[in-house]
Amino acid sequence: MTVLSLIVFLPLAAAAVLALVRLPDGAARWAWLALTVADLVLVGVAVAAYETPPDGGLALEQRARWIPSVGSSYHVGVDGLSLPLVVLTAVLFAACAVYALREQRRPRAQAALFLFLQSTCLGLFVAQDLILFFLFFDLSIVGMYFAIAGWGHGDRARSALKFFLYTFLGSLALLVGFIGLYLAADPHTFDIPELVAAAPLQDSPVTGGWVLAALLLGLAVKTPTVPFHTWLPPAHTDAPAIGSAILAGVLLKMGTYGFVRIAMPVLPDAWQDWAWVLITIGVVSALYGALVALAQTDLKRMIAYTSVNHMGYVVLAVGAAGLVGSGETARELAVTGAVTQMVSHGLTTGALFLLAGVLHQRRGSYAMDEYGGLAAPAPRFAALFAVGAFASLGLPAFSGFIAEFQVFTGSIGATPVAAVALLGILLTAALFLRAVQRLLTGRTTGLSVGFPDLHLRETVAAGGLLALSLLVGIVPWPLLDLIAPAAESVVDLVSR
Amino acid sequence: MHPAMGKDPLALLPEICLLVGAVTTLLAGSFLARDRQWLTRLVALAALLASGVAAAAALTGDPLTVYGTTFAVDTATGVARLVVVGSTLLVIALGTEEVRGRPRESETYALLLLSSLGATVMAAASDLLVLAVSFLLASIPLYGLIGMTRGPRAAEAALKAYLLGALLNILLLLGSVVLYGVGGATAYADLRAGLAGAPAAAVAIGLLGVLAGLLFKAGGVPGHFWVPDAAQGAGVTAAAFLTTVPKIGALVAAYRLVSVLPDSVSWPLLVAVLAALTMTLGNLAAFAQDDVRRLLGWSTVSQVGYLLMPVAVAGTSSDALPALLVYLAAYAVTNLAAFAVVAAVPERRSVADARGLAASAPVLGGALLVALLSLVGTPPTAVFLGKLSVFTATWEGGMAWLVVVAAANTVASLFYYLRWIAPAYRPGERTGGPEPHRPLATVTAVVAALSVLVLLPALSGLLPAVQDAVVAR
Repeated sequence: MTVLSLIVFLPLAAAAVLALVRLPDGAARWAWLALTVADLVLVGVAVAAYETPPDGGLALEQRARWIPSVGSSYHVGVDGLSLPLVVLTAVLFAACAVYALREQRRPRAQAALFLFLQSTCLGLFVAQDLILFFLFFDLSIVGMYFAIAGWGHGDRARSALKFFLYTFLGSLALLVGFIGLYLAADPHTFDIPELVAAAPLQDSPVTGGWVLAALLLGLAVKTPTVPFHTWLPPAHTDAPAIGSAILAGVLLKMGTYGFVRIAMPVLPDAWQDWAWVLITIGVVSALYGALVALAQTDLKRMIAYTSVNHMGYVVLAVGAAGLVGSGETARELAVTGAVTQMVSHGLTTGALFLLAGVLHQRRGSYAMDEYGGLAAPAPRFAALFAVGAFASLGLPAFSGFIAEFQVFTGSIGATPVAAVALLGILLTAALFLRAVQRLLTGRTTGLSVGFPDLHLRETVAAGGLLALSLLVGIVPWPLLDLIAPAAESVVDLVSR
Repeated sequence: MHPAMGKDPLALLPEICLLVGAVTTLLAGSFLARDRQWLTRLVALAALLASGVAAAAALTGDPLTVYGTTFAVDTATGVARLVVVGSTLLVIALGTEEVRGRPRESETYALLLLSSLGATVMAAASDLLVLAVSFLLASIPLYGLIGMTRGPRAAEAALKAYLLGALLNILLLLGSVVLYGVGGATAYADLRAGLAGAPAAAVAIGLLGVLAGLLFKAGGVPGHFWVPDAAQGAGVTAAAFLTTVPKIGALVAAYRLVSVLPDSVSWPLLVAVLAALTMTLGNLAAFAQDDVRRLLGWSTVSQVGYLLMPVAVAGTSSDALPALLVYLAAYAVTNLAAFAVVAAVPERRSVADARGLAASAPVLGGALLVALLSLVGTPPTAVFLGKLSVFTATWEGGMAWLVVVAAANTVASLFYYLRWIAPAYRPGERTGGPEPHRPLATVTAVVAALSVLVLLPALSGLLPAVQDAVVAR
């Protein structure tokens, strides 16, 4: 068993043990934390063992028999596209385990559920087989459904149902697309590297277009882009804090990761044909998400809509990468920026959702009007929230800047139209500054009076994520060196 | 044409075991005292096990037809036999606590065995006359089983099943007569050639008649009306049986029937439309159900829709038969896992009653979750593999539109399965220790649910062998 399989299945095994053995609550919480840290250490080992594979190949690869009858194998491996997301996943889950150290509602079941969820997320990012990818994709939906329905608040049953139905629609569309790819390949296979090498629908533009449409529908629902985003705000509003952090930080990345891992390299012709559609969707998502976020009075809904905006940049960048007529360097930059943005958004939005959870946990409300002047009673909260807001709006020295700078330099290099989405940055800056102003500054009124400041565990969880965002912002080269070769090979593949 | 066409009774050993078991159970039941009736259960279980062993042994042999060309002993028959026998074993296991000590205990087992026998003969029938006989053999015990619990609902359900069954049985006979008339034979081997030059309209009428009868057994549109009533009104043992076993025979029989039809009739489109209608209607009707048995009844209707997909591409996709068999096996075990949960806590009749099930009986909650997610088609459960094979075969057979319809229906079906899962995982009002539940049904639920999870690798290992066998046929 290689290190990747161990990384994926250690949390799953732990989840099974936690579900079966009746540990006391305290022990369950600490066991959860210990396991996420252990998994993080294993991820560290994988990062240390990783060497950029030549010719866009995979590192730490493992392949075993699984369902030979349908040409599907247990095939895992990482490259510069997936390894950053694996690290992000392990970090975010560890932060959630820290944050939940004082959880009172069925902590053992929650720990088991989140460990299960961690396995599915890690598994998805290392999967190199479409059926394996689909397996983890579907199970992550099931896990998140139970996280929202079991530990959420408000109208959680309805929100969880909407989330499940909507994203399940996406997953079925994906499955249809995968079957299309399988049947187009000769010999039939679900193996991603084999499909990439074969690019099976190059000569049949009509079928290729339909298959890409199915894949795009599935991935766009998950990402989510306008107009498939309507499940996201209620799911976030009613999810528990750590559920929101994982949903925004990791699960949304499954959609955008699917673009660079599957759709672009396997269907290059169709992707080039659809590039303008994607650029349009990206620009519209970025602007619409920002505008709607601006109109929100509920803090969590606002952060949720900024996710639509941030993911819009990613879609814009991967769309621009399909404009073969334009410069290759610009397109590589766009893809590198897109992957960096996935990591950056995971860190900053994860931290913001954890901080928003503190508001609800203390006062049962996310309404920004009901707070005011939080800086006086809760300086630590105020400091971290302000840092999170600035990181999220793309201030230099934070990861968001590195990501968005590359996304825009690359996309505008490919097509000047992309500049329209720059407005989104302006709008996000405005809405975050307004949120900071409403929540933190001024006289301490309403629910802010006597607001208890962050506990150590909350500070560590949210602060750790933001510190990483700062680190990536100041020393970006290790991450960029990791991503750039893979981005280069994706651009090569999509230009075929 | 196959070399061995003799009268080889040993080839029918699995069926003989079931028949002997049924007769013995019935006779022993009338002689044994009330408190010794459990012996008949042992006889029934022994007969099923013997039949299963014989069927497994026959699976390794070469495909052949016996008694002329009327009865095919091939891979499809072999798999159908195993699934029927395995399903009936599970039905008896989950139903023992309900049936035990009842006045009609031994009769229940005898009827289960006879109806199973009918289902296996139906799956193997390669002759319209054998098909008609197997239809009666599978149906008549079923009417008795449905009415066995003696409630007003059971009586209504039994009558409904009987009347619809009688009507569609006549259509089946009529269709057989028409096909015989224009094809000049009842054996499929000769019918294939006979129908090739026959008038298309007559072939179509004959097909409609026979298919109507098979759809009654399978519980597909338009012969589905009896299924939800029977699932709700009958005892849980009978309900579990009638939503599982008859389908196995009927769908394999439908596959065999359409395989001999000429191209002059556009039967693939007919079957595809029936499949789409069946899955859509079953799903739509299941949305509003509050009684879990009725919900499962409608859910089985929708599942027949997916099962008809490989039948629609029987002539165009080489993977159609393996896909059908895999889906049948996966569906049977999954459906029985869900029914076993119902049997373990029979007083939880409505969806709302499921509230707190996972908290008071975690094992049952887990089994229910696995079973229902499998019915949805979530990986890595058995029905996912079935759906994947069926979707792939259907697309390969040139019916991508049907795959899209089925995918949309799968999403829709999630809604009503979640209506059951959600309350089960909500905290319940019950306090004071674990909930009393029937232990044997609980064990059955766990075994079936584990098979749903573990059956996948087992099935996937078998699949290439099935494929090879089908190709070699």
